[in-house]
Amino acid sequence: MAIAITAEGLAKSFGAATAVAGLDLEVRPGELLALLGPSGSGKTTFLRLVAGLETPTAGRILFDNEDATRLSVSERRVGFVFQHYALFKHMNVADNIAYGLRVRPRPTRPAKAEIRRRVDDLLDLVQLGGLGKRYPTQLSGGQRQRVALARALAVEPRVLLLDEPFGALDAKVRRDLRRWLREVHDRTGHTTLFVTHDQEEALELADRVAVFNGGRIEQVGTADDILDRPATPFVAGFVGEAVRLPVDVAGSWIRIGPHAVRTQSENVAGPAELFVRPRDFVVADDPASGIPARVVAVRRTGPARRAELFLGEGLPPVEIELAADHPVRKGDVLTVTLRTIRLFTSR
Amino acid sequence: MRDGGAQERGALAESRTVRWTLIALALTFLALFLVLPLLAVFTEALRRGFGPFLEAFAEPDTQSAIRLTLLVAAIAVPLNLVFGLSAAWAIAKFEFPGKSVLISLIDLPFSVSPVVSGLVYVLLFGAKGLLGPLMSDWDFKIIFAVPGIVLATIFVTFPFIARELIPLMQEQGTAEEEAALTLGASGFRAFLTVTLPNVKWALLYGVLLCNARAMGEFGAVSVVSGHIRGLTNTMPLHVEILYNEYNFVAAFAVASLLAGLALVTLAAKSLLEWRHGDALAPARRH
Repeated sequence: MAIAITAEGLAKSFGAATAVAGLDLEVRPGELLALLGPSGSGKTTFLRLVAGLETPTAGRILFDNEDATRLSVSERRVGFVFQHYALFKHMNVADNIAYGLRVRPRPTRPAKAEIRRRVDDLLDLVQLGGLGKRYPTQLSGGQRQRVALARALAVEPRVLLLDEPFGALDAKVRRDLRRWLREVHDRTGHTTLFVTHDQEEALELADRVAVFNGGRIEQVGTADDILDRPATPFVAGFVGEAVRLPVDVAGSWIRIGPHAVRTQSENVAGPAELFVRPRDFVVADDPASGIPARVVAVRRTGPARRAELFLGEGLPPVEIELAADHPVRKGDVLTVTLRTIRLFTSR
Repeated sequence: MRDGGAQERGALAESRTVRWTLIALALTFLALFLVLPLLAVFTEALRRGFGPFLEAFAEPDTQSAIRLTLLVAAIAVPLNLVFGLSAAWAIAKFEFPGKSVLISLIDLPFSVSPVVSGLVYVLLFGAKGLLGPLMSDWDFKIIFAVPGIVLATIFVTFPFIARELIPLMQEQGTAEEEAALTLGASGFRAFLTVTLPNVKWALLYGVLLCNARAMGEFGAVSVVSGHIRGLTNTMPLHVEILYNEYNFVAAFAVASLLAGLALVTLAAKSLLEWRHGDALAPARRH
């Protein structure tokens, strides 16, 4: 029952501002796809175009093979979850969830008892059984978002669209809801698109991730694709806390400021950009075969320790991830080598 | 207010003397300019006892003035309700060219003197006015007749409801309506089940203010009415006529009715603010 969503040359401008600049995307049936990108990259506009809340300037949207571009919001039968919940304040939780069923035209509207039964089932699904009589203001943020999801699921949508669903919640609740959303998705099997600017959330939760930038899609792939094989400099720089270093490539040597590092890749030459993440650096066993770098700051991040390294004049500081028990101190000089090299020719 | 020395006062608190002087000043002002005149209205009305007071209302002209005032309000308020709702809906929920012009136009009646508002209709529909000949061809009287009074009242009172709703609806945004649409509701259904319940108290508040002004309007109505007794006299105009005829008891009796209306409005308004203050914000503070 899950359907595929296809966007063909989809574009949307608001006056002179282009929000979505003609993009193509295929969402597989039953897939959980994250739309990841910085704010203003067009991911929310894309989601609203799929929902029918915005009209595209150009392009088409297909639900399976049916052209949905001209269908109104209500005809598309999408479940939409808003960042700030958008619950109906004047209705209690049960009435919120039942809304989509009650507004149906009489022939397709379920009987009252049936509506009540469906609402109860959904309340159980979102783990809010017994809270049907509460009003939205009497719920926590996480509970409200679950009501919003139940309300969206009540209309048996063909696809589920979530706009930064956990954006307004605190870290702990986010993590719980993330896992729970994955479970609900696996159980209900809807094709699901969700917008986020949190890469950890996108990479952990989604089957595939579409990385947005400037109204276009830079790359679509699994978490492994995005993290290990970034297709563009933007993706390389956006995920994994990467730092961009301007370098010069000559043969099999990469020149980073005053230092040089060996590379195996042969398809890059001349001025280039090297993207390094904290875990790309390792402390060299042999002090002679690495880059000497001065430690300018040390901080503790979760289970690990991070040291900020100064590589040379004009280069941005980079971070190295060390074991928490590493005896590094500010002012030390570490000799480091790169174990992963992510290199792109400068444009 | 606890007894406290200088140490306990917040940075913004004034000394006790200043505080009480200001309060006394404000209360004196209120007493002089609001309470005293109001009391005067009622004492003048009841100067000769209840008999003459009630007799004033038995007068056919007075009764017709009351009827006309009710009729005008009964036409103007619902029309402005529809207009105010649609204008607020359009302004708060949609982007369109000329939106700021529309907002300024809605405020126009607040900035124009009511007399000018009335004159506009005389210049438009009067015997020598732009559309005057057309009106006499059709044998349809607007000026010095009830339609003119209704028009002038609508003009003067039309900002009340729109102004009450616009800030509230803007603050509420469009997310709930969009949610209703994605759940399969039609636009009209979304309006009825989501937008309207969210603004109902503000709407009632606006209707209250609009009604008070519609019944009390003098200037604009005076220009277009022609003061024909029993035909085109509203209550405020009737008060003036009675007063000019030295019929003080009757004048103040009718005036006391208007004052009573004002008090009821005030009470209802306070009740609304007290019970549903959150639902009125941010429009509540005037």
